[in-house]
Amino acid sequence: MSIGLLTIMTLLPTVGAGIIYLMRLSAGANREGMDQSAKHVALWTTLLTFGLSVWMMIGFDDRITDFQFVEKIDWFAGISYHMGVDGISVLLVLLTTFLMPLCILASWHSIKDRLAEYLIAFLILETLMIGVFCALDLVLFYLFFEAGLIPMYLIIGIWGGTNRVYAAYKFFLYTLLGSVLMLVAVIVMISQAGTSSIPDLLAYPFAEDLQTWLWLAFFASFAVKMPMWPVHTWLPDAHVQAPTAGSVILAGVLLKMGGYGFLRFSLPMFPDASQMFAPLVFALSVIAIIYASLVAFRQVDIKKLIAYSSVAHMGFVTMGIFALNAQGVQGAMFQMISHGVISGALFLCVGVVYDRMHTREIAFYGGLTSRMPIFAFMFLLFTMGNVGLPGTSGFVGEILTMTGVYAASTWVAVLAASGVIFSAVYALTLYRKVMFGEITNPKLKTITDMNGREIAVFVPLVVATIVMGVAPGLVLDVTNASVAGVLDMMLPAQTMAHEMITDSLPTAALETMGTAQ
Amino acid sequence: MDAQSLITFAIFAPLLGAVIAGFFGRLIGDRAAQLSTTALVFAACAASWVIFLQVFSGSLEAFTLQYLRFIDVGSFTAHWSARLDTLSAVMLVVVTSVSALVHFYSIGYMEEDPHKPRFFAYLSLFTFAMLMLVTAADFMQLFFGWEGVGLASYLLIGFWYKKSTASAAAIKAFVVNRVGDFGFALGIIGCFWLFGTIEFAELFPQIAAKSDVSVAFLGMSLPAMDLLGVLLFIGAMGKSAQFFLHTWLPDAMEGPTPVSALIHAATMVTAGVYMVCLLSPLYEFAPVAKTVITVVGAVTALFAATVGLAQNDIKRVIAYSTCSQLGYMFFAAGIGAYQAAMFHLFTHAFFKALLFLGAGSVIHGMHHEQDMRNMGGLARFMPVTYAVMLIGTLAITGFGIPGTYLGFAGFFSKDAIIESAYAAGLHNGAAHMAFWFGLIAAGLTAFYSWRLAFMTFHGPLPKAHEGAHGDAHDDDHHHEPHESPMVMLIPLFVLSVGAVFAGYVFYDAFVDHHQAEFWRGAIYTAADNHVLHDRHDVPGWVLWAPFVVSMLGLFGAFVAYIWKRGMGKRVADRGGPLHSLFYNKWWFDELYDATFVRLTRVLGDVFWKVGDQKIIDGFGPNGFAATAAHTARRLAKLQSGFVYHYAFVMLLGVLVLGALGLWLSGVWG
Repeated sequence: MSIGLLTIMTLLPTVGAGIIYLMRLSAGANREGMDQSAKHVALWTTLLTFGLSVWMMIGFDDRITDFQFVEKIDWFAGISYHMGVDGISVLLVLLTTFLMPLCILASWHSIKDRLAEYLIAFLILETLMIGVFCALDLVLFYLFFEAGLIPMYLIIGIWGGTNRVYAAYKFFLYTLLGSVLMLVAVIVMISQAGTSSIPDLLAYPFAEDLQTWLWLAFFASFAVKMPMWPVHTWLPDAHVQAPTAGSVILAGVLLKMGGYGFLRFSLPMFPDASQMFAPLVFALSVIAIIYASLVAFRQVDIKKLIAYSSVAHMGFVTMGIFALNAQGVQGAMFQMISHGVISGALFLCVGVVYDRMHTREIAFYGGLTSRMPIFAFMFLLFTMGNVGLPGTSGFVGEILTMTGVYAASTWVAVLAASGVIFSAVYALTLYRKVMFGEITNPKLKTITDMNGREIAVFVPLVVATIVMGVAPGLVLDVTNASVAGVLDMMLPAQTMAHEMITDSLPTAALETMGTAQ
Repeated sequence: MDAQSLITFAIFAPLLGAVIAGFFGRLIGDRAAQLSTTALVFAACAASWVIFLQVFSGSLEAFTLQYLRFIDVGSFTAHWSARLDTLSAVMLVVVTSVSALVHFYSIGYMEEDPHKPRFFAYLSLFTFAMLMLVTAADFMQLFFGWEGVGLASYLLIGFWYKKSTASAAAIKAFVVNRVGDFGFALGIIGCFWLFGTIEFAELFPQIAAKSDVSVAFLGMSLPAMDLLGVLLFIGAMGKSAQFFLHTWLPDAMEGPTPVSALIHAATMVTAGVYMVCLLSPLYEFAPVAKTVITVVGAVTALFAATVGLAQNDIKRVIAYSTCSQLGYMFFAAGIGAYQAAMFHLFTHAFFKALLFLGAGSVIHGMHHEQDMRNMGGLARFMPVTYAVMLIGTLAITGFGIPGTYLGFAGFFSKDAIIESAYAAGLHNGAAHMAFWFGLIAAGLTAFYSWRLAFMTFHGPLPKAHEGAHGDAHDDDHHHEPHESPMVMLIPLFVLSVGAVFAGYVFYDAFVDHHQAEFWRGAIYTAADNHVLHDRHDVPGWVLWAPFVVSMLGLFGAFVAYIWKRGMGKRVADRGGPLHSLFYNKWWFDELYDATFVRLTRVLGDVFWKVGDQKIIDGFGPNGFAATAAHTARRLAKLQSGFVYHYAFVMLLGVLVLGALGLWLSGVWG
């Protein structure tokens, strides 16, 4: 088979990285000029990659449950280079390629030190992220999944803030724990099923007791990535230390790998275990929603606050996935895409003021609205998205996941709904402290509003947030068939558990007491 | 144009105005922003009246227009649509009329504000969201409008964002409404799982068949309709500032006064009442939920009236009055007199907007003075404002001759509610309580309304302002209270017409003999609900009772603030327990601060500093680090240390996998 679209899309950023590397080798002393052209190379590479992914979306047939754009080349020992996308992965690829050019633009002036290396790290990271979502071979997936963290370490560790070593250390420790367990699970799965092909593994019936162990091993890795409570504490530190674009990618894409993993592996491959562990996931999700929201409320650092808010929002994702019905899983998918855009935008908002004042301390700011009206609008819009205001994309995921989980447990739905109150508390308090009031800090008296480049970064995010909020069908239609496919694989497990929770039978959620006529 | 085009235009014209003023305000200038938004809302208002008159005359059938698909997952389907029936037609005219007048009035009121385009954009945005709310054909669009008006309310309360009190009030409004929306969202979701749809047209017909169903909720088994009814009503309590969730409304007076008139009196706060009436097909099968609504409404009507007695800020008095009047509307709906609730909503919009805009005229004329203790004798400085405020006061106190058709707007609607409550109360304890609470509140309403009028317009002007008046020849001239410009007075005239005639003209259609032809099924009443009919059979003293108590209220206010001038002040200064209770608003804010607000802070700190830092990090990564401190130090050079270790582990994994693959291919290959 000849080289296909997915391969070109995956490798293109690495080619861009190679060009920058060569430019850097040949530039010698003229770093300044080289930096300029390196930025343009990176920007055009990511834009081209985005263009290709749009092309992919146009060619994508959302009525098909199966994988599309499939490429398969045998490597060795039964392991193959096997790529393809379905409704669950295709939008995550699009999200990745959409955010990358914005990240490059956002770093335009804020990164001064070792810019070429920075861009190379980002471009290689893009290759690896696209690879994760496209890989259809378990070994290939594992490679992309684990390797993707290396450039992220570098981005935090080299271009991060003052306490970057501690942050990277935490990141390292948690991820290592997860990936070792996942590696063991991968080995067991391949030896059991005799194949590393994901489509084949999806059809392979793992024994029920084995499912339990495999589910737990994968869960360890995905829960850290999400991150779920209580393995979330690496995230606030990583965000605080990472440069703006690093935070955008971390929140926008890397966190989604956990949710993607649940949908690609845990649910369809270990349906019985997923059914069995759903209450555990619900408990952790609800704790995450309430606990992280309350902690967010007390933060003094803008980025930490948004990081904790991410933990809470990811709680809706895990809760929705394990509701195991159409509303829950579709809502979780939507929430992942929406959160990628909104939290990415919020971190970019922090970047705007950080670039000017070099602090993220909430108390430093206040009254910015009077000097930065355009910024005030942008920040408000994404704050409202974060709060889940209807009309923004943030609402759709929340209401659908809550709807989904209500059928599984009203307790979970009620507790999760209370998180919606807390999100308003912390998000609006932050907005008030930073934007409202008189400017009292003399350093802020000359702060300038967003410039053209910054506005150009935000406009696509504004459009995405509102369009997805008003016409969520654009996303839901794409994921619909594949989500239904995953839920079909769950069906036997659900029937066995005698707990029918499907959309087609809404009355199953009722305890009908009979009509007293 | 046909009705479909008209309603589409009416809904989207304000959105267009908001976009023009919001995004291009600086480009086109203040005046153009004001004129374009105002003109578009007036046009929407004209379109709404055309539609309403067609509905009123019976020449237009109810319809629903679908624009676009909104959410669609399984049978969880919602559309962007415009539902027209009598209920939404009534709301269309209320919303667009008050909005148009408020836009117009604001041209004068906000003359000196540097952010006019922003203000007008917000007003128009609010109008759009409110219209989306009232024309929703399913729960999702209803919720969109519901939170959309909440956003506009947040933005407008915090319009003067430099004022700390304003931004605090804005957050409070949003968060308290979110508490309501918490229940509302659960109610919507519960409806979905019970009925398999969130579209009204598909949902309502199923209710009768499922009225006896019980559902599991939080481990209990509850009657479905009552559970859903109460959950949805929690949303209404937040939006309409009912007892327990009322604390945001008085604080919302931090917003500019035209905002208070539009959002916090005439339209947004009535959304809860509208929602309960819209969902009458559900509530008619939810007796417990109806009782809850009756009790909460009655308690709010009385509670807010008591607080209104003791407030000194002119806007806060009217805010508590609004809260109290909303209580009337709710208990009317709770006893099944939805038509009376909607009628009071309709008349109240006119006279309450009038009172607020009149108060705005006073505040404008007094140069941003809002404390009534610093006012007095304004009748001679602003006679027109005085006249229209008198009309508003007569309307809200329900002045009229019982047994005749002579009376101001409030006379028709409020008395219809009180009579209905008496009739329903003959076989319903909650309704009986509501009757007495409503009656007492009517007396208190008269007292605080006339107190406001007397403190503001009668008696001598306090020294500070009198002095300024004495020096009128000097440059202090502009401190003298002055009448407002015509641009502010014209809306007052229009609203005065409504406050006088809205009751008389629409009484028959809304609640009397022709109500069934008027509503045409938009409000559902169960077969055994005869409350609107039964109210005609109430004894004579019930007809006269509201008149008598409101005269007593008027007399009391007259004694305390005119005849024995200073008596009101002496009572306040003495600060008896009852006065303290009312003056401090029953200490609700203090109670909530000491409990919910404090708890949120403490829990946040505990989870963060103990949960995350001490326990999770302490036993997790940091504990690990402490035992392997030297390792960590050796790894301090991150770009070499961690990454290589990590890459090593990963490569090891790949090697194992490769070996495994080779072994497997040997076995199966």
